Amino acid sequence: MNEQSSLTVLIAEDGATDRLLLARIVREQGHSVITAENGAQAVALFAELRPQLVLLDALMPVMDGFEAARQIKLMAGQALVPIIFLTSLSEEQALVRCLEAGGDDFLPKPYRPVILAAKIKAMDRLRRLQATVLEQRDELARHHGHLLNEQRVAKAVFDQVTHSGCLNAPNIRYLQSPYALFNGDLLLAAFTPTGEMHVLLGDFTGHGLPAAVGAMPLAEVFYGMTAKGYGLAETLREMNAKLKRILPVDMFCCAMMLSLSFERRLAEVWNGGMPDGYLLPAAGGEPQALVSRHLPLGVLAPERFDEHPEVVSLALGDRLFLLSDGVVDTCDQDEQLFGVERLRQVFARNRAPQHLFEDVLQALEDFRGQSRDDVSMLEISVVEPQTLAPPPLVYSDSGQSSPLDWSLSFEFRAQTLKRFNPLPYLLQVLQEIHGLRPQSGALHSVLNELYTNALEHGVLALDSALKRDAQGFAAYYQERSRRLQALQEGYIRLHLQVEPVAGGGRLVIEIEDSGSGFDVGTVLARPVLEQRLCGRGLSLIRRLSRHAEWADGGRRARVEFAWVALA
Amino acid sequence: MAVEHDLSPDGNSLTIRVKGRFDFGKHQAFRECYEREPVPSKGVVVDLKDATYLDSSALGMLLLLRDHAGGDDAYIRVINASSDVRKILAISNFDKLFEIT
Repeated sequence: MNEQSSLTVLIAEDGATDRLLLARIVREQGHSVITAENGAQAVALFAELRPQLVLLDALMPVMDGFEAARQIKLMAGQALVPIIFLTSLSEEQALVRCLEAGGDDFLPKPYRPVILAAKIKAMDRLRRLQATVLEQRDELARHHGHLLNEQRVAKAVFDQVTHSGCLNAPNIRYLQSPYALFNGDLLLAAFTPTGEMHVLLGDFTGHGLPAAVGAMPLAEVFYGMTAKGYGLAETLREMNAKLKRILPVDMFCCAMMLSLSFERRLAEVWNGGMPDGYLLPAAGGEPQALVSRHLPLGVLAPERFDEHPEVVSLALGDRLFLLSDGVVDTCDQDEQLFGVERLRQVFARNRAPQHLFEDVLQALEDFRGQSRDDVSMLEISVVEPQTLAPPPLVYSDSGQSSPLDWSLSFEFRAQTLKRFNPLPYLLQVLQEIHGLRPQSGALHSVLNELYTNALEHGVLALDSALKRDAQGFAAYYQERSRRLQALQEGYIRLHLQVEPVAGGGRLVIEIEDSGSGFDVGTVLARPVLEQRLCGRGLSLIRRLSRHAEWADGGRRARVEFAWVALA
Repeated sequence: MAVEHDLSPDGNSLTIRVKGRFDFGKHQAFRECYEREPVPSKGVVVDLKDATYLDSSALGMLLLLRDHAGGDDAYIRVINASSDVRKILAISNFDKLFEIT
C-alpha cells in the first residue's frame, strides 16, 4: 500500500458553511488546509504558499474559479498542481468549461468524504508522476549537455590530429558529416617526404565512443610512418598490428588506403572491407572498381596479415573516388539498398565532375527521401606533381652537431629485400646533415628511384617495357609481387659517403645490385615522355641530382649531391 | 527467441540459427548460445537461413565466436546465407576466416 502523503491543500469556496465543512473533511484525511473566500484571494494565497493541490468553487465573487484556475496553472508552470472544481453545475457545457480552464477533475456537491479522499489520492499520484518525469527529463537534458560537450572537446582534439595532414591539398575534395568520428568514419591524408600522397578512408565497427576510440592510434601510426617515408605496405602492417593489439576481438576497422605517386603516375591500392572505390578515367569510359580483397584492419594476427596492394596506372585528370558504406547501404522504405548499380548510374549521368558529390547526394535523397548521417566521400584528382607543394619538413634540432665526414655501407640480401624497406632509415640518417635539408625532397625521390631500379630491374630482373600500357602495368606489379615472394638470392649494396669540401659538403650515393645491368646509353637516349612509364626514372635522377652516372654495365649507379655551408 | 541453438545428439557439433536482423540487438542471445558449454569437437555451424540482414556488429560477433572456438584453429561454417548477406561477408573477405556455403 502506498502511504498517503500529507499535502497542503488550498480550498477556495465563497460559502462559509461549505468552506468549513470541506476544510474539516480534508484535515481529517491528514492534510494541511489553507482557505480562501474568492478566486482573487485563492490566487494570492497560491502565489504566497504554493499548496500542492487546489479545490476551487466554480462560481465565486470578485474572481470566479475559471479565471483563478487559469492564473494558478500559469504560476505552477510545468509542475502539476491538480485543481479539482467544486461544483453544483450539472450541464455539460459548464463541466467542459471547468476542464478547459485547467481543471483536472470535479467534485459534485453535496460533498462525500470518501469520494473526495479518493480523488485527492488519485491526483496526488498524478502529481508525483509528473514530478518524477520532470526530474528525469532535466537529468537527461543535463547528461545530454555533458555528452555534447564531451563530443565537442573530443572532436576538437581529434581534428588537431587528423587535420595535421593534407586534406586541404588542392586536388582533394571530401565530404564528411561533422560528427562522422562518432559514426566511426575516419579520413586521413598526408604526403611522404618523396611527395607521394597517402590517403586512408576507414570505418570502425559500431557507433559512438567505442567506434571513435580506435581512430586516434590509427591516425598516429598513419601520420608518423608517412612522415618518415614508409610505404603503404609497412604502414598497413603496423596499423593492423596496433589495432589487433588494442581493440577487443569484435572490433575492427574497414579501411581503404591509397599511395599515389604523381611523379610516376601510379597508385597502390589496398582495400580491406570497404565498398568498392572507383578510378574514374579522365578520358571517359567505364569506371574501374577498386575492390576489397582483404580482411579489415585489426582482425588478423600480424603474421597472417596480407598487405599486398594492387597497383593501377593513372593518367593526368583521372579521379579516384572513395566512399563509405553509408552511400551504397542507404535503404528506402522497403529496405531496398541503394546499391552499386545506382551509384554507377550516377557516374554515367554525371556531366560536371566538380558536382559529383552533389549528384550522389541528390540520388540518395531521391531514392530515400533523406540521406543518412554517415555518408563519407573522398575524391582525389591526378595532377602534375609541381602543383602540389608538400609542406616543408620541420626540424627540431639546431644543426650545430651535423656529422660531416663519414661513410656507411649496407648490403641488403634476399630475405631482407622481401619484407623490409631500408629507405626510411637511410633518409633519417641523411636528415642529420643540415646542408642537405633544403634538397631533402629531391634526395628522397632520387634514393627511392635508385632503390626501386636496383630491386625491380636489377634483383628481380623485371622488364620495364612491360609497363607500356595499363594492362601491362598491372601485370608488371603482379609479377613484381610474385618474384619478390619467391626471391631466394640477390643483393642490393648501398654506400653513402659524406665529406666536407671547401665552402660546403658533398654526398655520394653508390648503389649496386646483383642483376644483369642494362644498356645505359640506349635508355638515356629515349625521349623523356617514354621514359616516364618505363625508363627507370633515370631522367628524374639526372634532373634532381648534381651528377649521376652508371657504371659496370648499368649494375652500379653513382649520384652526387652538394651543398654550400650555411652562414 | 530470434537466436536458437542446438547441440547435435552426439554432442560434437553446435548449430546456431539467427532469425531476422543479425545486429547488435542479438549480441547477448548470440553469446549465450556458445559461452556456457565447451566448444564441440566438430566445430560450430551458424545457420543464416532466416537472417534478413547483417551489420558490422554481427561480423564482430562472428569474430567473437571464432575467438572463443580457438581463433585460427576454430572451425566455423556459415551456411544458408542469402545473397545480400553473402555480399556483406564478401566485402569484408570473411570467407578467409569462415567456411561460407
